Amino acid sequence: MRTSLKWIKDLVPGLECTPQEYTDAMTLSGSKVEFYEEFDKNLDKIVVGQIDKIESHPDADKLVICQVNVGNETVQIVTGAPNVAEGQKVPVVLHGGRVAGGHDGGENPEDGIKITRGKLRGVSSEGMMCSIEELGSDRNMFSDAPEYGIYVFPENTEVGADAIEVLGLHDAAIEYEITSNRVDCFSILGIAREAAATFGKSFAPPIVPETGDNDDVNNYISVQVNRPDLCSRYTGRILKNVHIGESPEWMKRRLRAQGIRPINNLVDITNYVMVEYGQPMHAYDLSTIAGHKIIVDTAKDGEEFTTLDGEIRKIDSNTIMINDGDKHIGIAGIMGGENSMITDSVETVLFESACFNGTSIRLSSKKIGMRTDASGIFEKGLDPNNAILAMNRACALAEELGAGTVVGGAVDVYDNKKESVRISFEPDRYNKMLGTDIPDDTMLKYFKALELELDKETNELVIPTFRQDLLCYADIAEEVARFYGYDKIPTTLPTGEATAGKIGYGNEINAIAREVAEFSGYSQAMTYSFESKKVYDKLMIDSSDPIRNAIEISNPLGEDFSIMRTVSLNGMMTSLATNYNRRNAECALYEMGNIYLAKSLPLTELPDERMQFTLGSYNYGDFFDLKGVVEELLQRVGMDDHVSYDPKSDKTFLHPGRQADILYDGQIIGFIGEIHPRVAKNYKIGTRVYVAVIDMPHIYDKASFDKKYTGIANFPASTRDLSLVIPTSILAGDIEKVFDVSGGEYMESYKLFDLYEGDQIGKGKKSMAYSIVFRAKDRNLEDNDVNTAMDAIMKGLKDLGVVLRS
Amino acid sequence: MKEELEKIREKAVKQITDAGNLDALNDIRVSFLGKKGELKEIMKSMKDVSPEERPNVGKMVNEARDAIEERLLEAKEKMEEAAMEARLRAEKIDVTLPAKKIKIGNSHPNTKVLKEVEKIFTGMGYSIVSGPEIEQDYYNFEALNIPANHPAKDEQDTFYITKDILLRTQTSPVQVREMEKGHLPIRMLAPGRVFRADEVDATHSPSFHQIEGMVIDKNITFSDLKGTLERVAKELFGEDTKVKFRPHHFPFTEPSAEMDVSCFKCGGKGCRFCKGEGWIEILGCGLVHPKVLKMSGIDPEVYSGFAFGIGLERITLLKYEIDDMRLLYENDIRFLKQF
Repeated sequence: MRTSLKWIKDLVPGLECTPQEYTDAMTLSGSKVEFYEEFDKNLDKIVVGQIDKIESHPDADKLVICQVNVGNETVQIVTGAPNVAEGQKVPVVLHGGRVAGGHDGGENPEDGIKITRGKLRGVSSEGMMCSIEELGSDRNMFSDAPEYGIYVFPENTEVGADAIEVLGLHDAAIEYEITSNRVDCFSILGIAREAAATFGKSFAPPIVPETGDNDDVNNYISVQVNRPDLCSRYTGRILKNVHIGESPEWMKRRLRAQGIRPINNLVDITNYVMVEYGQPMHAYDLSTIAGHKIIVDTAKDGEEFTTLDGEIRKIDSNTIMINDGDKHIGIAGIMGGENSMITDSVETVLFESACFNGTSIRLSSKKIGMRTDASGIFEKGLDPNNAILAMNRACALAEELGAGTVVGGAVDVYDNKKESVRISFEPDRYNKMLGTDIPDDTMLKYFKALELELDKETNELVIPTFRQDLLCYADIAEEVARFYGYDKIPTTLPTGEATAGKIGYGNEINAIAREVAEFSGYSQAMTYSFESKKVYDKLMIDSSDPIRNAIEISNPLGEDFSIMRTVSLNGMMTSLATNYNRRNAECALYEMGNIYLAKSLPLTELPDERMQFTLGSYNYGDFFDLKGVVEELLQRVGMDDHVSYDPKSDKTFLHPGRQADILYDGQIIGFIGEIHPRVAKNYKIGTRVYVAVIDMPHIYDKASFDKKYTGIANFPASTRDLSLVIPTSILAGDIEKVFDVSGGEYMESYKLFDLYEGDQIGKGKKSMAYSIVFRAKDRNLEDNDVNTAMDAIMKGLKDLGVVLRS
Repeated sequence: MKEELEKIREKAVKQITDAGNLDALNDIRVSFLGKKGELKEIMKSMKDVSPEERPNVGKMVNEARDAIEERLLEAKEKMEEAAMEARLRAEKIDVTLPAKKIKIGNSHPNTKVLKEVEKIFTGMGYSIVSGPEIEQDYYNFEALNIPANHPAKDEQDTFYITKDILLRTQTSPVQVREMEKGHLPIRMLAPGRVFRADEVDATHSPSFHQIEGMVIDKNITFSDLKGTLERVAKELFGEDTKVKFRPHHFPFTEPSAEMDVSCFKCGGKGCRFCKGEGWIEILGCGLVHPKVLKMSGIDPEVYSGFAFGIGLERITLLKYEIDDMRLLYENDIRFLKQF
């Protein structure tokens, strides 16, 4: 929403403020000003001058020397403007003044252009005559300005007057951010009412005289509304003996300040009333309306209609249409039809001021793909009681401007009159909500300014129908707060029962995982939750893999963001690829983010959102470094004793010989591996990539923090080394399982200290050396104890097919 | 005897003085005090000394031995001292050579800011809670007083999965879910991911984070809301921070406000950072709308509450002076390591 500040001041007599003061105050009372633009910001010392004499320049063909009467003196100005003539009244910037821009109408400099006296080809010049562009405007707004050259004032303009005043440029355009609930503030009157209440001044809306001759509107038009649910009110009045002409300067100035280009009196009136009352209006050439009849109804599916911009629009059974006796003549609330358009030869005009269903207009305008000024206002949902006020205002202006004769009476189809809402006046409650102690009279003073009346008999506030946002006590409390001032409300802290601030179990576990990752050198990444279906191919996930059953977004931003991820790897791989591509020598990242697994598709209930802890790296250690990070996490959450690794993970995106499922008591809780080189290539990563993914819900379930002190060993340990030669098919995990099962009560720990595969022991074999530590808590161990344990281990190993190395 | 002892002693002292290292000192010890050392040899001639003289001579021998031992010890300590000095001189390092860096990763800047916010609120008795990112239309809109066809639904450019299931556009549905649990009073903070159909650019992302907060109790007032959020702003941006509450509109709060904080860059004078305004918009807030309370099964005649929503990325970008939101989701390690 934009308003001219001058217009607002005209409606709020006695309001004296700079644009900045206005901005600050209005923002604090709830009409947030986004910015303002002062038209005269860079216009200094510019007066109306009259060209008395023009002489040619002795040394330049394209320049002339003008003697210009600027009121109290006559100054000499050299100009190259092609359109100057003796007797013309023109804007003149005097020595030391400023203009907004250059005459070419290009981008205006921030601080304007300073004008000083000087010599042009040897002839002194005391100032400059200005084009409309130099005054910061353009021919769009001032259609009387010449295409090239100096702006020329009407003959009756006073010489020596402030030229900026004459042009109506001592004004500022204020741009507001109006919230969707304040439909009334999408109008000059609504904003002016707020301004009056904000500054504690009175509000002086225009006085609208009654209009209409002895003729009767019913002789001209009848209106039938077939869909009162979509058109709550339709008013129409007739303007006859129409005379199309220019609007007066005061109206043009106000329209220009609103950024609206003046066109002719009829168009200007409808535009003027639309911004003033916030009520879009439409004018039809009555002679085009068949049967002198207006019918409001919806279109039929598959129909087309040509709007007045000449475009063919598709309309359907949801589009509200204005029809005459036999055809569509306009898309209601959006745009009129080409077939009923006003032309210069119009004799009789039908003014329409109606109230259409906001949602319907919004959806239609979206569907048709056409958003007009009118539809933008209608879609907010207007007050039907405002429609006739705007209509009468338009008619009064038509008379005032001499645009025609207003026919007596109005057609007004309005079956369900909108009545005022009544809300109990509960001052104590407002104070209790706000934490304030505002007296009743003060509140009533605010209400009066807002036109909320107190019915003393029922102790109810009568809410004007234009305030559709006021429905309950909380809304009234806000009105009190707004005008008391949010800044004056005290600051306190909530009292009442103390509560403990809990982090939450899952969050605490996530924090442990993040800590482990970070202390291991991994930095936290964040990636999007949605991605492309193509990532499954990129990750070489089998075409029949159920993991491809992703939840699809019905209105995605594009294919790249069209499904909710079911694996976390693409985000990780993409981030690693970004780093690789940017030649970052090494990279280690982790992410803590959800995947989304549908219970069924299409979705009928909320999916399973599973937090994934994803680690990924290149040039940062190998498989076993990453495995160390995983184990550190599992140890911190007390799960390390039950964990095993199964190389038969069958992940197509991982190196077939370097992958494992991570199991807890036999249940898969994640996986780890090297990315398959082909997948790495798909992401344009030319080095080994290691990844691990832990499904966090499993960790939440199985984490254990029940730690107890087990004592510090007081007795010496007894260590045995074991050197084995085994087939490569036997895994370290198999051997260690034997230790775990057969090691007996005294086995404290074991450690692999040598691993060798090579010629000396032959193909298909490897040598492994473990050192096993035994210790008793309460005594020195005897050889016998250790031997028994070792015998059991040896037996277990033998069963596995292991031979001791000699 | 006496002269001989004196000679031995002098000889020993001289040798000790001349000794160049610890080995030489040891040789000297052996040659004088050892089993076959000169003093032992002299002791052998004791048998030639008259019994009266013996104690005297014995004493002289002991004195000589003590003296030699003392000198030996002295010399040894001196030598060790010198050796250590020499070692220290030799071991001098260039302390300005580069450190051996410990490889530690970093939290995402969003996480750093979030942790800070969470710390402030948990300290004030708020519990961290969460809700689903794929949400029912009911929780995201209807239960928040945004009925079907409400323009606010359009404004938020919602991603839909089905007619009734969507990607949440705000963390506010968590409010409803907490209220429905019915455990009062409530002091909650719900950070999380939200989604809106905004094309990716320097200031927009279709996926970002909000931090939702809510208090429901008896006698909660707008002044409590102001006091709480002012406290938080000062904790987050420094004690000198000023706050400004402006009326605003949200369907689920009434009265509603937006909170600005004085620009932490220029302190409120106006700069490029705050676009010359001196203030930076930080969050939206308000008293929980009585309709919302009622829909979630809380009696607005007994309970009241306030709620607020903070854009996490907004704070992150401001706090770290990051000028492009896309950096937050690119995960360039050189970016992540800066915070």
